[in-house]
Order: sequence, then C-alpha cells, then structure tokens
Amino acid sequence: MSLMSKTEIAPLVVLPEAIEEAAKLLYIRACKILPDDIKAGFTRLDASETDATAKTILATMIENIGVAERMDNLLCQDTGIPIFNLLIGRNVAVDGFALKEAIARGTARATREHPLRSSVVHPITRKNEHTSCGERVPVINIDFTDADRELRLEMIPKGSGSENGSFLQMLIPADGLSAVKRFVVDRVIQAGGKVCPPTIVGVGVGGTSDLCMHLAKIAATRPLGSRCTDAEGAKLEAELSEAVNALGIGPQGLGGDSTSFAVHVETAATHITMNPVAVNIQCHSARRASATFTPAGISIGF
Amino acid sequence: MAHHILPMPITEDQVRALCVGDTVTLEETLYGIRDATQIHMFDHGRRTKFNLQGHAVIHTAPNLRKVERVGNNHSGYEAVCVGTTTSDRMERFTRPLMEREGVRIIIGKGGLRDGSLQAFRDLGGAYLAVVGGAAALETTWIEAVEDVDMDDLNPESLYKFRIKGFGPLLVAMDSHGGSLFAKVNDEAARRRQAVLEKLGAA
Repeated sequence: MSLMSKTEIAPLVVLPEAIEEAAKLLYIRACKILPDDIKAGFTRLDASETDATAKTILATMIENIGVAERMDNLLCQDTGIPIFNLLIGRNVAVDGFALKEAIARGTARATREHPLRSSVVHPITRKNEHTSCGERVPVINIDFTDADRELRLEMIPKGSGSENGSFLQMLIPADGLSAVKRFVVDRVIQAGGKVCPPTIVGVGVGGTSDLCMHLAKIAATRPLGSRCTDAEGAKLEAELSEAVNALGIGPQGLGGDSTSFAVHVETAATHITMNPVAVNIQCHSARRASATFTPAGISIGF
Repeated sequence: MAHHILPMPITEDQVRALCVGDTVTLEETLYGIRDATQIHMFDHGRRTKFNLQGHAVIHTAPNLRKVERVGNNHSGYEAVCVGTTTSDRMERFTRPLMEREGVRIIIGKGGLRDGSLQAFRDLGGAYLAVVGGAAALETTWIEAVEDVDMDDLNPESLYKFRIKGFGPLLVAMDSHGGSLFAKVNDEAARRRQAVLEKLGAA
C-alpha cells in the first residue's frame, strides 16, 4: 500500500513569493476600497433612514468612500489587526509553513512600504514593532474547500473600535433561545456608538467557547446579502436584524434607524449541556479583499 | 442650532456658548492624543512640551510618512491618513486633561460618559462628534503635522496639526449637561422591552 496517491492532473502550485505579494497588495487594497455589497448596503440605509442627523452622517460616510477612492487613501485610520483566511482547494500543492511566513512578510512590507500605521503591539509590554506583526499576528485561519486547483486568500483589517464590541456567554439549555436573543439585543445596546454603527452584528450560536467566538467573527465579516446556511440560523438573523434596528441607536450612536446593515448568524453543533452565544461586531468600514489563485492566474476581488 | 467657526485656542465663554445640536468648524490648530499618550501623561507623570490651554484635542493615532524636518515642519512627518478613534476608552482622562492641561474641547466618536459630562459642566468644555471611519475625508482638513511630542509612543504620540476647515463637527456633549449619547442610550433602553416582546424573548 502506498501512502501517496497518484494525481492525474498536475496540482496547482502556489509559491510563497506570490503569496507574499498578494498579502501586501490585499492589505493595502482592503484599507482603501470598500466591497460592492457594503456600498450597496449604504445606499439601502440612506434610502430608508428617516432621522435628519442620521441622514447627514450616512452622507458623510458615503462621501468618504468616494474621497478614499479618488485620492487613493485609506478609508479609515485604523489599519486594524490583520486577519487572513486561507482557503485551500483540492489538488493544490503548498508549503504551509512557508506560506504562513510569506503572509507575515507581505503584511510587514505593506506596513513599511505604503506606509500604514502599525496598530499591533505586544499585549503586556505594549511595544510596537511597526510591522503590523507580532506573536500569532497576522491571524491566519486555514480551511479546505472542494474547489479544484484553487487557493483563495482573504484579507480583513479588523478595526479595534468594533472588535472591542466582542462578547461571549456560556448560556445553558434551560436559558433557551430567548436568552440568546436577549444577549444579542443587550450587547448591541451596550456597544451603542462605540462600535462605529451602522454595523454588521456577527452572532455565533453553538460550538465550544472558542468556536462560538470564531463563528461570530465569520458572521461579522460575511458579505452583505449572504444568508446563514442553517435554516434556523437564517430565521434568527432576519428576526434580530429587525430587532436591533428598532432600538434607535443609529449611525455613530447619535440616533436613527440605521443601527446595523444586518445581523449575521453562524451556527455549529454544541454539547447537550451547552447553549453558547457570541457577538462580534463589524463597523461600517467593513473592509475585505481577496486573491484567488487558479491555473488561469490570480484574480483580485473582495 | 447655530454653526460656530472657532479659530483655536478659545476661551471658557466661547466653549460655554456651544449647545448640543450646534455644529462647529475648527481652524488653525488641533492636537492629537490617544490611549498611550494619556496613560503616560496622567499615570506615569510625563509632561508635554505643548501648551494645550484653551485648545481642542482629537482622539486619534494617524498613519504618517517620514519626511525631512524643513521650514515649519518640526515633526518630520506628513499625514497619510488621519481619523478618529473610539473615545469611551479614554473617559477617565477627560477631567485631568482639562484641569491640568486646560483643554476646552475633545473631539472623538462614540461619546464619553457622565464623568466627562460633569467635567465639561464644572470646568467649561464640550465634546464634538466627528464621523468615525470617515478618515479619508478628515485627512483633507489637515494641512500639516507641524510638531510632535512623546514620539517614543508612535503612533500614539502627541501631535500638533495645522488644520483648515476642520468640520462640520456636531456638538454632542456640552457644558450645560446636554448629551446626545445619553439621550440615545435612554431611548434604546426605553425601547428594549417592546423589541424583546416582539422577539418572544421578554
């Protein structure tokens, strides 16, 4: 018996040098160009907003998106904590360790060469290496997909104002789904204007404590218009989206209808004794960029 | 709902003339401060070379490019992108910033709490809300990074910006006890019960 199977088609080979260049490009691009789904979200909120102050604030945010593109500048001063999602398809050959190092090198080069503000410090000494890197940062999430000969690198500069709006509660089965809903509503009230609304409220339901928090992050950084693949989760996100926008918090917490673009929910199976819920919030500068590597070449998108 | 154009610095009377809902455009000088700046100033006893009497400070930590120190540029920096950070983390520094340094205006996003509101009432100050995350636009209001202090804390140094038409900013907390944030928070708390009932989660 052989431990290696023979592949009929040559695998897609992605070199670390290409990943380094992509990581650099994506970090800078993500900071400058907002995805189309977020722009469409602004148009939708602007059309439905009834509060005069809120309308003015939304108009300023929309103006800023144009100024950033015209002047080739950053949308927001917060370059965030760099997060990379690496999605490896089938029949792809990579040196995983070299690839992780390449992502960090690309991140550091974007920081020095653009230049970008390094927002990353040692958690105890608070020392800033001015590379946007440090121990375990950039955050790199690796997963596998069924796409043949495709590797996708997604970049998210996660701003701290909204990342500080992160909450976990290990509810128990007797608390029920109503406690999950209460938790989300109460955390949105608690976060108020501090998380730079209008937001995407990411909610994780189920899993372990760490998985639940990660689900909330996946939910918060998902494109607008996407739905939870679990039917119960999808129902919950529709109900909660309506609920949080009935609180009157509004853009920047200064009042209005547009508290959130949407509430997104992600679910995972959990233990018979557990009912965990997590909230992770994404601010209105919901920045993403991606590079997809295929045998045809590299395509850059959101 | 008046609009005020304020060349900085200003007097106590000028700041007490600001009311919640008014708009303000600042001119001439603005100082940038942040978490680490204030932790070092007020917890570690460091003093700044700048005279902040009557001035406005903005909660920021800019993206900068290193340049030659020539002419009026004493900082060695030019602005790449200057925006605003969440103010709430710096709540406990409002009173010392006003008492010890004489600051009159704090600019930020997301608002400050009751302690700051009381300090604005006692000492004469105001909080002006800028639209957070609209940094590309805000950068167009910055003419230069004139000078810098405590630069070992970079990017959380204390910056002196020369500004032109910095605004309009919204007076969100004033010296008369008014706070738009408190009003919105009270309203959200009032609506909570009905929202939960509709969710079947009251």
